[in-house]
Amino acid sequence: MALLEVRDLGVSFVTRNGVNKAVDGISFDVEAGKITAIIGESGSGKSVACYSMLGLVPMPPGRIDGGSAHFDGQDLLQMSEAELRKIRGRDIAMIFQDPMTCLNPFMRIGEQMIEPLVLHRGTSKAEAMERAIELLGEVGIREPASTINCYPHEFSGGMRQRVMIAMALINEPRLLIADEPTTALDVTIQAQILQLIAELQKSRDIGVIFISHDLAVVADIADQIAVMQEGRIVERGDREAIFSHAEHPYTQKLLSAIPSGGKENAQAHDDTLVRVRNLKTWFHSGEETVKAVDDVSFEIRRGEILGMVGESGSGKSTIGRSLLRLVPVTGGEVEFDGVDVTALEGTALKDMRRRMQMIFQDPFASLNPRMTVFDTLAEPLLLHGIETRKSVSQAVLKLMDDVGLMRSAVRKYPHEFSGGQRQRIAIGRALATRPEFVVADEPVSALDVTIQAQILDLMEALGREYGLTMLFVSHDLAVVKHLADRIVVLYQGRIVEQGTGDSLFANPQEPYTQRLLGAIPGRHLL
Amino acid sequence: MGRFLASRLLQAIPVILAVITVTFFLVRVAPGGPFDSEKAVIPEVKAALEAQYRLDQPLFSQYLAYLGDLAQGDFGPSFKYPGRSVNELIGAGLPVTAELGLYALLIATLIGGLAGVIASLRPNTPQDYVPMALAMIGICMPTFLLGPLLVLVFGIELEWLPVSGWGDIPGDKILPSITLGAAYAAYIARLSRAGMLEVLSQDYIRTARAKGLPEWQVVVKHGLRGGLLPVVAFLGPAFAGLLAGSFVVETIFQIPGLGRFYVQAAFNRDYTMILGTTVFLSTLIVLFNLLSDVLAASLNPRLRHQYQTGGMP
Repeated sequence: MALLEVRDLGVSFVTRNGVNKAVDGISFDVEAGKITAIIGESGSGKSVACYSMLGLVPMPPGRIDGGSAHFDGQDLLQMSEAELRKIRGRDIAMIFQDPMTCLNPFMRIGEQMIEPLVLHRGTSKAEAMERAIELLGEVGIREPASTINCYPHEFSGGMRQRVMIAMALINEPRLLIADEPTTALDVTIQAQILQLIAELQKSRDIGVIFISHDLAVVADIADQIAVMQEGRIVERGDREAIFSHAEHPYTQKLLSAIPSGGKENAQAHDDTLVRVRNLKTWFHSGEETVKAVDDVSFEIRRGEILGMVGESGSGKSTIGRSLLRLVPVTGGEVEFDGVDVTALEGTALKDMRRRMQMIFQDPFASLNPRMTVFDTLAEPLLLHGIETRKSVSQAVLKLMDDVGLMRSAVRKYPHEFSGGQRQRIAIGRALATRPEFVVADEPVSALDVTIQAQILDLMEALGREYGLTMLFVSHDLAVVKHLADRIVVLYQGRIVEQGTGDSLFANPQEPYTQRLLGAIPGRHLL
Repeated sequence: MGRFLASRLLQAIPVILAVITVTFFLVRVAPGGPFDSEKAVIPEVKAALEAQYRLDQPLFSQYLAYLGDLAQGDFGPSFKYPGRSVNELIGAGLPVTAELGLYALLIATLIGGLAGVIASLRPNTPQDYVPMALAMIGICMPTFLLGPLLVLVFGIELEWLPVSGWGDIPGDKILPSITLGAAYAAYIARLSRAGMLEVLSQDYIRTARAKGLPEWQVVVKHGLRGGLLPVVAFLGPAFAGLLAGSFVVETIFQIPGLGRFYVQAAFNRDYTMILGTTVFLSTLIVLFNLLSDVLAASLNPRLRHQYQTGGMP
């Protein structure tokens, strides 16, 4: 018998606008000692399905329509809240997507970690602390005896996720639900966390439900894969079957969304548009000086897309911002079309900003929530005097067409759009002034893979149509290779390697580049 | 933290200096003077009085002399209470007002905090609407209306509590404290509701539930600390506000506190008393703001970290 047997599980949300079926009769099994992956995009119901079994979906508005979820012979759906509480954190533990927000920022990690142990087993605090220290060591936290007294903000994202994992394992659960545990992390860190989960799962022989939007992520670790779309499981099978002969068109679409292949026919001009020489951008934090960008030189030819890769803290975003003078530059030169941008002031700088634009990572945070799409797109046009009040509507509608948004949505506010649509708005805003040069800072890393593929296609098409030169910043080599003509690899504020995507992939020189390549999830699929 | 404190204290100096300067010249612009009265005063007497209090000197040198006295902690003599210094008068009124303010703040924090937390647990249900509607009434109801109403009901109709005085009859401190605290309770209720709603929607609350913690532990252990941060940040300014704003309550309940001196001083053109109380209260406001920042930082590890590294929040 399987550890968890879910049959015909249905969950709805009852809202003012009617009943929304989030999970529509799904069935799957989780075996002890196996990893079952549930794959689907945001809103496909994959998280709701798992949360509802544990009573973590607020009801109302949530409602279980029917079905059963037998864990260890007992139906979770028939249990009272008090009975479920005894199982949560003891027999079934969870880790979540964003380790930055999932740990209580006001409590030391030790206090947080021992809670489930003290609560469910009545262990004494001192004993529980000892166990927590052991586990921290096991998940790869250095000097666990002292770091256990740290607060979450003192850890990096990857380290916090390790803490989350240790906390989930503290009661030796038999089922672990991992909800997008690596989505918020850099590729290299992701590879480490995936490996850690796989190892711990094997050594403990527990069952794992691994929820993700990205098939590539689970390509190496999943035993069983269930693909969800709009509340239904459309395809289910073991890993081999899904990757080698997926039958359902949606699964095939997910597979094809995995960024692969290089860019074809690079057709950049010969003249250099952006020339960066010995760029230094340093930040001062108290007594310390953080050399975010340290002596970086590179060139971008007109019409070229330069990819810039590196992990968090490598200085890649800071370079993008330095080029646009969004952060003060410490030293060096940034020449744009023959003009030194670092020396510009006043109107000259404003004019230059019209020609250089930026697309930010988080389309949820970078759009003003109190401005309609129309206002967002019209603002730069009016600010730079490109259009008049009379002519601006036409220009805005043209932009909407260009970025693939419905004209009728022009009066809506950002929250009424999905993540992918918001990024289209952000792209439209950046292109409104008809810039020659765009810095795209992780424009797709907050998006689902399928949406990611659409946005990349859009950027490629618009790049051609607008004749754009682009600096494309990402932590994901696969994404960059898909789009960029040349790639620059950054490590700790310095360029360690550069070349075309194909040469870099085929023959990486630097150990850091090799590590980045090794971290790409499901790389054997490429 | 030491550096942060030092820099904040230094920033307070120009603020207080500005308060002194503006107040000093404003009270002089107001028509009338401390020795004007309906009865004509003999010019010689008036001149002698003015000489005694330095009023015959040019305004600017009066200002400098006042600053000099102030630097030594001397608020000068009162013009209307002969023979008593402003320091003495503030010293007499402050303990009463401070006690009243403290009780009011305690009531406000307990009732307001509790109401806000209760409301936040079931948003948009009667459990939310009822306390919040009461809070709205509390904010809208001025103290000069609430005070007499409470007196009417609990003092005169029910005869439960004394209607005036301070420390004379047992229980006479209850009604003034409630009257003064009510508006602040209402405000704190709204602050804590908003703070708790924000925190209870955070991911780490879901983590706490996933651990199997009972709901009350989720709220108390994981929710309160973050949710009540806005309230803590408000406590300092609130206490200073209570001290400065206690005049109405002190008048209604016949309490010999600082607030009454303050307003009487304004009517009497008691220049040194107006200045003294203003400077004293504004210094308190600055200090209490600083105090609640420090308190908020001690509750929030991330802020604490920022202060320690010298960064500003």
